[in-house]
Amino acid sequence: MDILPILSTLRRHKITAFLVIIEIALTCAIVCNAVFLINQRLDRMHMSSGVAEHELLEILFADIGPNKNQKARTEEDLAALRQIPGVLQVSSANQVPFGNSSWNGGIKLDRNQRVSTLNATTYTGENVLQTLGTQLVEGRNLQPDDYMDFDDVVRAASVKDAKGIPKVTVITQSLAQRLWPGQQPLGKVIFYADYPMTVVGVVKHLVRPAFTDSATAEFTMVLPMRITQGLYIIRTDPNNRDAVLKAAVAKMKAINPHRVILKQRPWDEVRGNFFQNDRAMAGLLVGVCVALLVVTALGIVGLGSFWVAQRRRQIGVRRALGATRRNILHYFQTENFLLATIGIALGMVLAYGINLMLMLHYELPRLPAIYFPVGALSLWVIGQLAVLGPAMRAAAVPPVVATRSV
Amino acid sequence: MFGYYLDLAWRSLRRNSVLTALMVLAIAVGIGASMTTLTVMHLLSGDPVPTRSGTLFYPQVDPDTSLRERKDPSDVMDYHSAVDLWRSRRADRQTLVTSGEIKLRAVDAHKPPLMIEMLATTADFFPMFDVPFQYGGSWQPGDDEQRTRVAVISAQLNDKLFGGANSVGRTLRLRDNDVRIVGVLKPWRPSPQFYQVAGGRFSNGNTGAFYSKPEDVMVPFFTGMEVGDGSFGVFNCWRVPDDLAHLQDAPCAWVSMWVQLDSPAKAIRYAQFLADYAAQQKGLGRYTHADDTRLPSLMQWLDYNQVVPSDVRLQAWLAFAFLAVCLFNTVGLLLAKFLRRSGEIGVRRALGASRRAVFAQCLVEAGMIGLLGGAGGWLLTLLGLWLVRRQPAAYADLVHLDPAMFLTTFTMAIMASLLAGVLPAYRASRVAPGLQLKTL
Repeated sequence: MDILPILSTLRRHKITAFLVIIEIALTCAIVCNAVFLINQRLDRMHMSSGVAEHELLEILFADIGPNKNQKARTEEDLAALRQIPGVLQVSSANQVPFGNSSWNGGIKLDRNQRVSTLNATTYTGENVLQTLGTQLVEGRNLQPDDYMDFDDVVRAASVKDAKGIPKVTVITQSLAQRLWPGQQPLGKVIFYADYPMTVVGVVKHLVRPAFTDSATAEFTMVLPMRITQGLYIIRTDPNNRDAVLKAAVAKMKAINPHRVILKQRPWDEVRGNFFQNDRAMAGLLVGVCVALLVVTALGIVGLGSFWVAQRRRQIGVRRALGATRRNILHYFQTENFLLATIGIALGMVLAYGINLMLMLHYELPRLPAIYFPVGALSLWVIGQLAVLGPAMRAAAVPPVVATRSV
Repeated sequence: MFGYYLDLAWRSLRRNSVLTALMVLAIAVGIGASMTTLTVMHLLSGDPVPTRSGTLFYPQVDPDTSLRERKDPSDVMDYHSAVDLWRSRRADRQTLVTSGEIKLRAVDAHKPPLMIEMLATTADFFPMFDVPFQYGGSWQPGDDEQRTRVAVISAQLNDKLFGGANSVGRTLRLRDNDVRIVGVLKPWRPSPQFYQVAGGRFSNGNTGAFYSKPEDVMVPFFTGMEVGDGSFGVFNCWRVPDDLAHLQDAPCAWVSMWVQLDSPAKAIRYAQFLADYAAQQKGLGRYTHADDTRLPSLMQWLDYNQVVPSDVRLQAWLAFAFLAVCLFNTVGLLLAKFLRRSGEIGVRRALGASRRAVFAQCLVEAGMIGLLGGAGGWLLTLLGLWLVRRQPAAYADLVHLDPAMFLTTFTMAIMASLLAGVLPAYRASRVAPGLQLKTL
């Protein structure tokens, strides 16, 4: 296919050709970055939590004022909940993964360190790991004689009595990797609130209740404390979770009719709520991408039709001189390919620039190189599809048009 | 003449209905997207107290005695600093603010108990922030220190508990304490909930929570300390507190303070007072960072906390880039449309129409496309805003199209289409009369 004649024709339509190029460039740049943003959000949304996702229930209730026999009442609740058919484990815990409200504290590797090495979240509650269903990779889980009552620990801390503070902890692989890269974490000591704690177990994953940066999402430790704070986690058979939830709430109401249940939900809902903004944003970005591609395609169709109408006579002459329909079709396709290529080249530069800006203002990583060929390919395809209609109409022009005066 | 151009434009638009529809659609979609995000930006980045935001300031000191590295003073104060500054009464008005979740029961309303957000504040809160009352009014300044058991409730809670009737004089039970309602607010929804804004720099752009609704119950500050003891939210602790339930003496930041200073001179004097207070506290051994005091104004404080969520800003950028693509598209299509009529334009020029007349007529046609696109854009904006309202964001219920933004929609659509029309109209007006006549 001769490219030179096409170029010389385009030179006579500089402005319109330029507009198509700009439109393709902008679309290419925006879509590349938008798809990248969508993928970032999707990655976040599919982040592993490390717990038995479809087997958990959360019940959050108001702790009504100070209560002397809180512990006994919690024991009574938990015993009653365990009796519900289908319940595998229950725990009175302080927080749930992706639950948004969290306990955090600084961790030091050395008691005399001035500033904490990092900030980690702290899960506590008897059997909380067993209930959540985390996967132990090294060492052991927390055991019954490790546990202390949370209120006693607070009392011990207020008089600086180290004996009353937990001595062991289980941490995540991610935290272990960050604290001691490449080393065996079992037996190592961390300082939490200046009290030493020995790592006795490592779990594969356990995500924090809330985080803004995925890199620190699994900086998690678990302390052996029994806590009564108004949050129960129930692990159940995934098939009749709704029935178990209903039965559990009914039982809690029966034990104490004045109790205010704040939240009762399957854990999937907790996860869904945590990522709802990401989901909304990803949806919006998909919408923008589709709209942009449609608008660009329509623009190509519009201009293509105009050019075909303008060149009817020229096409007729070429046909009369022996050009086949296929030649005419290819002419318009090549023309579009050329425009698209220039547009894509410009668009790549622009996409890179936009990415640099996003990296600066939104702390986004660099656009992976794979987006460039994929973006280019999709715009070529869209351009070819959009020009197909006008090009077919051009190819249908009969040679006899050449002999007419219009 | 203008009427004639309108008529011509209308005829021309109808002749090429597919091309016209494409252009109108492109403008409508572009305007719809950008107006949706612009409206959200406009609602989120406005001044929450336009009548007096210039006189409101947010004193900052640094009670944190830990050895951490820092650039900025604490976003919130500890109890003693806040109460000291409030009691010294050096500003025209001053108020303390802290909040927590508490169980509420309306004694005579026979409704199940609720968990609500309670704001503990002082009497100046209401006049300082222009809070509108529906029934009754604020408590008296003396009630703060006297720990009077009174409360002001939101219109929303009044609707929920009392069906919107005048509930002044009725009793609420907060945890185990009876408080008497002295005032009911009119619906009040500052955007953002500015008096609770803090910690924006730690939120990585996820600042949607700054647009939450105001608390449902407001009580005098020291009354709140009694009835809500242990339920207030903590911003930050620099040591593990000895007693988690009672925060009065805890090494924790959890009380904010706002002051009203009616002249710049007073603001300068107050900043000096703040610095002196911090120096004095350092002398007493309570502070370690006395030089960390600041007095940002309300708008400066909101800027510092980057209240507009980064997602919303990103959406606005995207929408305007999208509008740009739509405009380039329209320029191309208009060019195609006008030049296709070269013959007709040539005849008009040959019959004596000036270039200016041809240019004007083409622009009228572009403007008409803009008007139609604006109407479509308005409908799409309504659709877009409806979609935003269905989002889970805290600001969803704030989102609506006000008259100013309605007008902006059409102005922007027409401006955009005129801008898109300039080049094509110019090209059309350069069509040479003779040449076109010959080929006809």
